[in-house]
Amino acid sequence: MSYVTKSPWIIHYDGSSCNGCDIEVLACLTPMYDVERFGIINTGNPKHADIFLVTGSVNEQNITVVKLIYEQMPEPKVVVAIGICATSGGIFKECYNIMGGIDTVIPVDVYVPGCAARPEAIIDGVVKGLGVLAEKRAAMDQKPAVAAEVKEKEEA
Amino acid sequence: MGKRTIIPFGPQHPVLPEPVHLDLVIEDEKVVEAIPSIGFIHRGLEKLVEKKEYTELVYVIERICGICSFGHGWGYCHTVEGLMGIEIPERAEYLRTIWHELSRVHSHLLWLGLLADGFGFESLFMHCWRLRERVLDLFEKTTGGRVIFSVCKVGGVRKDIDKETLDEMVSVLRGMEKELKELTETFINDYSVKNRLVGVGYLSKEDAIELCAVGPMARASGIRQDIRLTGNGVYDKLEFEPCVETAGDCYARTLVRMREVYQSIDMIAKAVELIPDGEISVPVKGNVPKGEFMARLEQPRGEAFYYSKGADSKFLERIRVRTPTNMNIPAMVKTLQGCDLADVPMLILTIDPCISCTER
Repeated sequence: MSYVTKSPWIIHYDGSSCNGCDIEVLACLTPMYDVERFGIINTGNPKHADIFLVTGSVNEQNITVVKLIYEQMPEPKVVVAIGICATSGGIFKECYNIMGGIDTVIPVDVYVPGCAARPEAIIDGVVKGLGVLAEKRAAMDQKPAVAAEVKEKEEA
Repeated sequence: MGKRTIIPFGPQHPVLPEPVHLDLVIEDEKVVEAIPSIGFIHRGLEKLVEKKEYTELVYVIERICGICSFGHGWGYCHTVEGLMGIEIPERAEYLRTIWHELSRVHSHLLWLGLLADGFGFESLFMHCWRLRERVLDLFEKTTGGRVIFSVCKVGGVRKDIDKETLDEMVSVLRGMEKELKELTETFINDYSVKNRLVGVGYLSKEDAIELCAVGPMARASGIRQDIRLTGNGVYDKLEFEPCVETAGDCYARTLVRMREVYQSIDMIAKAVELIPDGEISVPVKGNVPKGEFMARLEQPRGEAFYYSKGADSKFLERIRVRTPTNMNIPAMVKTLQGCDLADVPMLILTIDPCISCTER
């Protein structure tokens, strides 16, 4: 947990889940599990968010919504797919209106299994996501330096 | 006469828990018309009937909705049992009723919390969900799952609950009742809560009948309608009177649901007293014969309707579920007309929308 030096804000979107994972995501925020003690807050605004929690799989109708939320989030950002539906389609994989997991549309960093995913597993997933977030941030910080190095080599 | 503007609302919106889209036609700050559009979480799971055998289909049907999952499983199993002419043991009926009522307690607590969150009373939201966790613990102890239980099967139930656990269940719920009292007192008497709820979103009795409102929505408008009165499960032995309010506003809907929580706890206590010993399931073999069967069930959100058509094979020919939110959307649209823009989230919440039920 050493990388919880900043307070990550999450945004949650219900793809086409059965509400099971949704209410477990909400349960994480309430007194029993209370992720707010780590500074994790649920926000409704994509531009405030660091971590994107998606429950349920994508379909024709919500594909643009998922993409729009992802695109609006500032870099660095992490996507956590919650539950088996968001991972692969799960029990609904054979349904005609299911295109598959969230990773068919946007890059996913952490997968949380389960049907429905337990709050402990969701918190674990978010904590793993924090690690990824720290790595991405570090990579972003390095980028200007790397670019300068390349430029120097080219000039030489 | 102000200028007309259309405000798109949803599917992802800070105050909206469910992905539904509304085009709100507003004039100054008043909503003139609301045009809903749905389909964001349509999965097409009714079609899975062709790919899953009737015993496996219970798992799919349970996942219509994670909040009232037990009820969906029960409704479906009931139709298949009806088609096959299976008589399930009485203890199984009791256990199903107990789990179903427990679902109602958890669902209404969840809704009360979301409502509190909707009008910005954060601590009340947290307290409602804190109490709800105890119900989930009971579920976990008796079924193994927190939200999806898979405990109902064609021919009965999968797990038995022993006497000690049943008694413990009642004592936990009775203990909860005292704390719940404090919360409901706040909902009933708090000045600011009343300010947001009383007189908001009025639905007259005539409109409720005309627009086919169901469940707490109808009962808050003075209609004494409850499918449990028809005596499915063992409800005929539990002697209850549906909670009916006449005001027809958001406050009345809140009152109905709060009274139902207490009522469900009483019903569980009574069922635990009356539950007989015996088998919990009967063996089920063979194909589902040709025919049709319909069943109705009172879900936390209102009347749900289940239909199964057998085709003399292991696969059913068709299933159909009509869910309560589906029926309450016309009433919601009606109450939205003429309301303040700031009250829109409140009105959407008080029908207790479950879009994943509606679209399946």
